[in-house]
Amino acid sequence: MSEFPSTGRLLATQTRYQLVSFWRIPVAMFFTLGLPLIMLVLFNALFGNSTIVTPEGSWSTRQFYTGALAAFTAASATFTNLANMVPIRRDEGVLKRWRGTPLPTWTYIGGFICSAIVIAFVGVSLMVTLGVVAYDLQIDAAKMPAAFVTFLVGVASFAALGMALASLVKSATSASAAANAIILPLAFVSNIFIQLDDAPRWIEVFGNLFPLKPFAEAFQACFTPFVEAPAFQWDKLAFIAAWGVVGLVVALRKFTWEPSGSAPRSRRARRAATS
Amino acid sequence: MPVIEVRDLHKQYGAVAAVDGLSFHVDAGEVYALLGENGAGKSTAVEILEGHRRATSGTVEVLGVDPGSAGRAFRDRIGIVLQSSGVEAEFTVREVIEVYGGCYRSPRPIDEVVALVGLEEKVDARVGSLSGGQRRRVDLALGIVGRPEVLFLDEPTTGFDPSARRQSWDLIEALGADGTTVLLTTHYLDEAEHLASRVGVLSRGKMIAEGTPDELINRVSGTVVSFTVPDSIETADAAVTFAAVVGAEVRVSGRLVEVNVDRPTEAVHRLTGWAIDAGVELDSLSVGRASLEDVYLSLAEADRTVDGSAT
Repeated sequence: MSEFPSTGRLLATQTRYQLVSFWRIPVAMFFTLGLPLIMLVLFNALFGNSTIVTPEGSWSTRQFYTGALAAFTAASATFTNLANMVPIRRDEGVLKRWRGTPLPTWTYIGGFICSAIVIAFVGVSLMVTLGVVAYDLQIDAAKMPAAFVTFLVGVASFAALGMALASLVKSATSASAAANAIILPLAFVSNIFIQLDDAPRWIEVFGNLFPLKPFAEAFQACFTPFVEAPAFQWDKLAFIAAWGVVGLVVALRKFTWEPSGSAPRSRRARRAATS
Repeated sequence: MPVIEVRDLHKQYGAVAAVDGLSFHVDAGEVYALLGENGAGKSTAVEILEGHRRATSGTVEVLGVDPGSAGRAFRDRIGIVLQSSGVEAEFTVREVIEVYGGCYRSPRPIDEVVALVGLEEKVDARVGSLSGGQRRRVDLALGIVGRPEVLFLDEPTTGFDPSARRQSWDLIEALGADGTTVLLTTHYLDEAEHLASRVGVLSRGKMIAEGTPDELINRVSGTVVSFTVPDSIETADAAVTFAAVVGAEVRVSGRLVEVNVDRPTEAVHRLTGWAIDAGVELDSLSVGRASLEDVYLSLAEADRTVDGSAT
C-alpha cells in the first residue's frame, strides 16, 4: 500500500484547484479584481486633481486612492470572497463530499484560504502597478517590508473573518448579502472611497471599531511621503490581528460542512437530539 | 467477519426517531440493500456509517472501526456516493476525478474510472454542462476512484433513464464481483432484487424484514394472481367482492386487482368459475411469481396496521 500524498502537495493542489475555480467564475473575478481597478480609475478621474491636507502634510488624492483601494482589494479577495464561496460550496454539498474523502479537512480549507491570499496578492500588485504607472505613486523600497507585513496580517485576519461569516450564515444567498452589507458601508467610513478629515466624529469613531480602517491606513502609510521608513504601524497591525483571532475562534467553533436544512444545526437542536 | 456491523442503532432528531433500534451486518464482498420509502431512515443510517453523522446510541463498526471517530486511513478505504451532493461545476469530468483521486493512497487511473461509469464521451466536458443522470455518474466515479473496500451508495440511480440504470447496475455488480462490499439504499424494488445478495426492509427507522430476495419473496404467498376489474363491478366494491371469491385478501390499485395465494390453481379455478357464472371477462388475467414489490407492499401494509392498532 502506497503512502498518502504529502500534505504540502495536497495543499498546493487544493490551492491551485481553487484558483482555477476562481479564474473560471467571471463574476467573482470581476468583483474582486476588476471593480477596485475601475474604482481607482474613476476616482482618480473625478477627484484626482485635488489635494488632501492631513496633519502630516498635504498630498495629492491620486496617491491616496491607490493604497486605500489596494487594501480594499485585499479585504475583498479574502473576506468577501471566502464569505461568498465557502457557503456556496457548502450549499452545493461539495464540502460534505470532500469531508468523506481522505483529504485532511483543514487542507481543503487551507486551499481556499491560500488561494484567496494569492488572489489578494495579485489584486494588490495590479493596483500598485497601476498606481505607479498612472498616478505618481511613490515606491520607497525601505517601506516595502512594512507593506508586505501589513498585507500578510490583513489578509490573514480578513480571511479568518470571512470564514467566521461563512460559518455563521445559513445559506449562500444570505452570505453574499451579509458580506457586501458589511464591507461596502465599512469601506465608506474607513478612508477607502473618501478621505475622512471633515467627517462627523461618530463616523470616525465607528470606523475605528473595525479592522478595515486601520488596515487601509497602515497600508497607505507604506506609500505616503510623510511616514518615515520602515513605516510599520504596530498598533494598527495588533488591532487587525486581534480581529483576526476573534474571527478564527468563531470559525473554529461554528464551522459546519453540512448544507443547511439537512440536519439540525443549532446547538440547542443538537442537544435536544442527543438527550 | 462482518465488514459492517450495526447494533441497536438509534438516531433522534428532537422528538423524531429517524433510526429506531436498527441492527444488521454486511459481510465482506456482499451487496446489501437497505430498502424503504422516503423518510424510512435509510440515509440517516448510511450517513452514520460513513461518519457524516453521530449516532444517538448504539454501536456501529465499519472495517473494524467506529466511523464517527475514524480518521483519514478509514476514509481511504471507503467510497461514498451521497444522495445529493454537488461537484464543482466549473471543472471538467477529468479534472474532478484527478483532484479527488489525488487524495487517496492508490487511486484508479482516470481513464479506468471514466470507462467504468461510462462517461468516456463527456470526459472533457465541464460538470456544469452535464445532465442529471451524467452528474450522478460523476458521483459514482468519485465514489470508486479511491478503490474502496466498502462502497456506500445512497440511492445511486434515482433520476436515471432505464439504460443508464442498467449500466450502473452492471458497474455495481462488477464491483461486487470484484470483492467490494456494497451498502446500497434504494426505493426501487427491482434494483434491490437485481443487485443485492441480502435486503433489509426499513420502515420508520426499524428493520421490518431481512433476508435474501428469494427468502423475502417466499415469506409472502409465493404466487400472484392479477387481473383487471370487470366493468360490471365498481372499483370501490372490488376488494370485498374478490376477497370473498378467492378467499384471500386482495389489493386493488386503479383497476388492477392483485392477490397473493398459496394455491394458485384453486384461486384461478374459483375466479374463472365466478366470472363464467357472472358472464364477465377477467381481462389481463395472469399468474406469476411474487416479486419483492409484493413483499414490500404486504410488509408496509402490516406495519401500518400495527401502527393503527397501537394508536
